[in-house]
Amino acid sequence: MAGKPRGLRLFRNLNAKVAAVPMVLTTMVVFVGGTLWTVLYSFTNSKLLPRLEFVGIDQYKRLWSNDLWNAAIWNLAFYGVMSLIFTIVMGFVLAVLLDQKIRFEDAFRTIMLYPFALSFIVTGLVWQWILNPEMGIQEVVRRIGFETFTFDPLHNPNTVLYGLLIAGLWQGTGFTMCLMLAGLRGIDEDIWKAARVDGIPKWKTYIYVVIPMMRPVFMTTLVIVAAGIIKLYDLVVAQTSGGPGNASQVPAMYVYRYMFTAQNLGQGFAASTMMLLSVLIVLVPWAYLEFGGKKHG
Amino acid sequence: MKNWKLAAGLLLSVALPSGANATDLEVTHWWTSGGEAAAVAELAKAFDASGDHWVDGAIAGGGDTARPVMIARITGGDPMGATQFNHGQQALELVQAGLMLDLTDVAEAQKWRDVINPISLLDGCTIDGKVYCAPMNIHSPEWLWINNKIYEDLGIPIPTNWTEFVASAPQVEAAGKIPLALGRQAWQSNLAFNAIAVGIGGLDLWKKVNVDKDMEAAAGPEMLKVFQASADARKLASKSTVQDWNQATNMVITGEAAGQIMGDWAQGEFAVAGKVAGKDYTCLPGLGLNAYLSTGGDAFYFPKLADPEKEAAQKRLAALLVSPDVQVAFNLKKGSLPIRGDIDMSAANDCMKKGLEILKSGNVVPAGDQVWSPDVQTQLGDMQSEFWSGDMTPEDAQARYVEILKTGL
Amino acid sequence: MADVAIHSATVVRPRGAKPKTRFSGGNIMLYGTLFVVSVYYLLPLWVMVMTSLKGMPEIRMGNIFAPPVEITFQPWVKAWSEACTGLNCDGLSRGFWNSVMITVPSVIISIIVASVNGYALVNWRFKGSEVFFTILIFGSFIPYQIMLYPIVILLREMHIYGTLYGLILVHTIFGMPILTLLFRNYFSSLPEELFKAARVDGAGFWRIYFQIMVPMSLPIFVVALILQITGIWNDFLFGVVFTKPEIYPMTVQLNNIVNSVQGVKEYNVNMAATLLTGLVPLIIYFVSGKLFVRGIAAGAVKG
Repeated sequence: MAGKPRGLRLFRNLNAKVAAVPMVLTTMVVFVGGTLWTVLYSFTNSKLLPRLEFVGIDQYKRLWSNDLWNAAIWNLAFYGVMSLIFTIVMGFVLAVLLDQKIRFEDAFRTIMLYPFALSFIVTGLVWQWILNPEMGIQEVVRRIGFETFTFDPLHNPNTVLYGLLIAGLWQGTGFTMCLMLAGLRGIDEDIWKAARVDGIPKWKTYIYVVIPMMRPVFMTTLVIVAAGIIKLYDLVVAQTSGGPGNASQVPAMYVYRYMFTAQNLGQGFAASTMMLLSVLIVLVPWAYLEFGGKKHG
Repeated sequence: MKNWKLAAGLLLSVALPSGANATDLEVTHWWTSGGEAAAVAELAKAFDASGDHWVDGAIAGGGDTARPVMIARITGGDPMGATQFNHGQQALELVQAGLMLDLTDVAEAQKWRDVINPISLLDGCTIDGKVYCAPMNIHSPEWLWINNKIYEDLGIPIPTNWTEFVASAPQVEAAGKIPLALGRQAWQSNLAFNAIAVGIGGLDLWKKVNVDKDMEAAAGPEMLKVFQASADARKLASKSTVQDWNQATNMVITGEAAGQIMGDWAQGEFAVAGKVAGKDYTCLPGLGLNAYLSTGGDAFYFPKLADPEKEAAQKRLAALLVSPDVQVAFNLKKGSLPIRGDIDMSAANDCMKKGLEILKSGNVVPAGDQVWSPDVQTQLGDMQSEFWSGDMTPEDAQARYVEILKTGL
Repeated sequence: MADVAIHSATVVRPRGAKPKTRFSGGNIMLYGTLFVVSVYYLLPLWVMVMTSLKGMPEIRMGNIFAPPVEITFQPWVKAWSEACTGLNCDGLSRGFWNSVMITVPSVIISIIVASVNGYALVNWRFKGSEVFFTILIFGSFIPYQIMLYPIVILLREMHIYGTLYGLILVHTIFGMPILTLLFRNYFSSLPEELFKAARVDGAGFWRIYFQIMVPMSLPIFVVALILQITGIWNDFLFGVVFTKPEIYPMTVQLNNIVNSVQGVKEYNVNMAATLLTGLVPLIIYFVSGKLFVRGIAAGAVKG
């Protein structure tokens, strides 16, 4: 649309094309090239070094019959759904609370946002410690007098994912809250006036008017949060190392473990390919919504 | 002893006349615990004293963290001067890809074939008749470490083998102690299982399964007993929640736990804590049941570098690592056994002497890393980690065990 | 919606009159909730700071939430200059300048590249530009571990493996997706008339970028700056895989200190090291938190 002058387009826009070279190279060489390379080698029996000795879909057969991989997939699915819901709901609710013309808004916002400055490694280590039954919350509550109080999520296979969730939400919700707050501030004041005149309760205005208007914000948030969830790795490594047993294993750990510890690149690449495939399944509908339906600018 | 020093010194100066050239060599390894770091310091001291310079590239977090970095750097074309790997198949492909320096001339000049014992260690370094690594030490994982004081306080005799240890567990537990310390990392579960396999199952079974790869034996009733014993052991360890092996060792040192199944490197931690073998703690090779040890260990590989001066320094370092003095100094600190039988280890403590005796008597079996690929080892680790911290039945575990071994045939 | 960004500076402030002080039930609920939430967010920081000021005996006995009975700065000294990894006993101090050396050029270059991308995607669309953008977004989902091997090969072929240039390139590549998304969204919220008028005046690609786009985009540059400094400073994986010990960033040293257990875990030193490593991004957030929200409000959120 804009910037399409008539005539010799190729030369007129040469600078623009030169400027786009890094992006084109990155997408084609790294993301597309790297992906295709990974997919190609997932059909080989590469061990420590990539080798083109094809073994068909053996790696995939083994992958899907592997308990660890299946556990990792389910763990990530559970964590992902919970994390998406909680991040977005918490982020939105906190943003709404901060948007109530409160005092000390800056202070509250900083308090909620600062964990985002810390890495997942740090997040995992600190929460591992706070949740440690011998020193953390459990011990402190017991000392107060509740001697049978039990709160040890990280050492119980049934609750360990919630333990991760507590830490993950701590780190990430502040950023979501900021995105949401920015979205709320972008809503026209007149909408609120109109709603007030019509006597619509506040909560209804939020649900039926404000949220639909914030669709782009939710979309951006969704992309950023979902991208983070699929990459989930550091937090788990630092907080639980995938344990107890395999109760908090995630796919990225499986990939890393099989590529480097087990020196079975083929297996690692097969797992990578499955992860990439699941990304595509999430992303294609999004791209369609973004570019297929409406126009921008 | 003196003659040896002299001979080695002569050999060094003859074979490598440019010893005066000071060259920096970066050495990567994952030896970062207290005892390990003290042992590395001995290597650095010796290398620096010989005129070159040891640039330490320690990467903490164990082999699983460090190896990817090492492999990436070697394949990425920016290799270090020397790097630690475990004996066995970990570096095999790097050698086959021509990325590693051929040390055959050093090995011949230093007569490695004559001095290294057991010779299987050198064989592990030899590919197509050429030597590619310098074996550093022998580690055997099948040890039971026991805190004596706990038993003295309870007024019961200190267990002399695994069976007694299990029998005493209820009393230990009643005293508010954890009977068995176990770090919650996959390889540690795998190690505990293998130690029980050597101890309970015995040497024949171990060899049948791991060396002859007899899958019927792996699925047989003898092996099931091993799994049942492991299921009993996991109950004893259910309250142990630490991750790192040396944290688990520390539980034994401080008397929080009665015992730990861990390799002989645990000794280094006891030494750093000022504990005396036989007095403060007891060590039982082969869990006190079968005095057999598997001999894995660490070795140094030397990636090919373009600089001929560095290559000369690499060869000097390789020769130095195997030399008698360095072997003694390093292994005393590390708590591991030396790779040559011709040196004076009289300074060794009680536990190391037990190990040395077993080594001398030849009651050794190859380590898991030597007989199975890292792929199989990793899968076993994942399976054992689930088994040791969950409620999988011994029968199910055995079935999966056999399935995993079959992927490595 | 396109013009919202222009008065962003006013938009981020709450509208209407200052709140009156009154203790209605709703207000108590509101502030009560915010207070509880704040405790959740502040707890870990509290624990980190308190623990880093205690000696080991006190840590073993006391509870982790209690303030230190005897304040000691020894853990901080040890974390900064004495903690050992292998043979190197100089703590985090070695890594600090390395981290600065890595972060500064990586941040600058990745932001320049991404902002030009966003600009080209919005104002100079070419055939297939949306396809490239979609692939970029796809790239933001790829777990880094998966790309490790291809990147090792790429850097090896370019002969920059193990150098600072290699690491800068890696950070530029992996920062590109999210940053490009932010810049694209921001630029598309700027009024197109500005761009058209400049074109009519005969201004070219770079002139419009430097004279119109950049000056108008301060808020989003601040957001990008904060995100990148945080991300690159906190990076461990690339730092350890694509560099060598001489240029290891602080996070690698942090990992080494935290994971080099010598006997007992020295929690106080670990926490001090953690805080020291996180100090730079933390300060940036505390100082520029306001700008950050303003920047996001100014356009990052439009799809």
